[in-house]
Amino acid sequence: MPELDCPNCGRRPIEEFTFGGERPTVPERITDPLARDVDYAWMHDNPNGLTSERWFHAAGCRRWLKIRRNTSLNGVVAEPD
Amino acid sequence: MNEFVETILALQWHPPKPSYDVVIIGAGGHGLATAYYLATRHGITNVAVLEASYIGSGNSGRNTTIIRANYGIPESIRFYQHSLELYRSLEDETGCWIMHSTKGLLWLAHTESAMRAERARCLLNVACGAETVMVTPEEARTICPQLDLSGGGRYPVLGASYHVGAATARHDRVVWAYAQGAMRKGVDVLQHTPVTGLLRDGERVTGVQTANGPISAGLVLSAVGGNVSTIAAMADVRLPIRTHPLQAFVTNAYAQGFGPIISDTELFCYVSQTARGQMLMGAEFDPQPSYSLGSSFNFLQSCSAKVTHLLPFLRDLRILRQWTGICDISTDFSPIMGETGVPGFLVTTGWGTWGFKAIPAGGEQMAELIATGRTPVLLEPFQLDRFARDLPMADQGSTGTR
Repeated sequence: MPELDCPNCGRRPIEEFTFGGERPTVPERITDPLARDVDYAWMHDNPNGLTSERWFHAAGCRRWLKIRRNTSLNGVVAEPD
Repeated sequence: MNEFVETILALQWHPPKPSYDVVIIGAGGHGLATAYYLATRHGITNVAVLEASYIGSGNSGRNTTIIRANYGIPESIRFYQHSLELYRSLEDETGCWIMHSTKGLLWLAHTESAMRAERARCLLNVACGAETVMVTPEEARTICPQLDLSGGGRYPVLGASYHVGAATARHDRVVWAYAQGAMRKGVDVLQHTPVTGLLRDGERVTGVQTANGPISAGLVLSAVGGNVSTIAAMADVRLPIRTHPLQAFVTNAYAQGFGPIISDTELFCYVSQTARGQMLMGAEFDPQPSYSLGSSFNFLQSCSAKVTHLLPFLRDLRILRQWTGICDISTDFSPIMGETGVPGFLVTTGWGTWGFKAIPAGGEQMAELIATGRTPVLLEPFQLDRFARDLPMADQGSTGTR
């Protein structure tokens, strides 16, 4: 079962958390302000590897957390950022 | 007839040429269907379809094989209804047996608000050509005698929308039918040829770098499932896609036979019977983006608990297999097809949990776009630039995405 490491509650099953999306990263090469807004609002890096995300520990400490996670794996994959 | 007895396929493999008019990355349903329609409808046969593994090894071989058109917005309903009709004639057209079987789909509602949503969707479906009727619990019971109308005492069935044209087909056979049809016309399908990079000339994409050497192309189409963000990043294209795992499982054979497909938005699950008699079940996609094909026991527990509320006979069956596919979920739950803004590079992606049913229409529309350079009417609403134009196609008409 996938688990996340909560800095307040320790390692908990992923069912306790609500996914809040990755922290948006707009590439530097996009310079047009409008295009940057579109990218910020809609686009995702969606990397196959390390990513930095926001998760809400709904069934635990009820805090929003920054979590680094490896999307190539599905086991215990996270440490707090 | 056993589905494994009659497997005579006329697949012809060729060594790669240094150059093609069109190179399609990904030999799953969408990639092969595009190649097939390019060859058969537009006479474009100098085409290669590149596959990192074997044909149909990705999501084309991992889905729950349901074909339906009862979506939530007119653009989607028209598109999927066209696909459903193409599926009906696919056996005649390709001469391959794809085990297509029209079953009808019962979409259950357990609350008054769900009933209202289903009534509205039913009317919209009818208006857009997808035959759907509302049925009472008793009528639902006639269509599916195994249904527990009390929902295990917890989820009483207040009614259902019945999508008459819904069907299933054997997913591998659909892939093989398109592969064989395309190969007969001279399309090269190159297995075990992973793409490692894109060849660029300035901004333009001019070919692909593969593990077996470079191949130049007049046009490159990414029909990749799962790793599309990685491929698009090679062309500096940004996509509104997240890749989530989606799990499913089958039980041992249920001898009595089970007619329709059952789908349920409130419990997030769907049930149908395969041609071998196994009960096939799936649920919503996993909450975390991941490229892992690992399956979880949690899913078996939660999905079994839900489906046995509705269909108590499933308690007597045993789970045979479970598996996972990785789905490209777009931000607005609609597919993304067509131009990317980078010359020479097209995508057909965002097929999340609704890709199998769209294979014929997706392939046909992409082939028309490639061959004529004009955007077909059915494809037009689903272009990538809809996000920049602030016209997203928000459609939560999929069981797994409500």
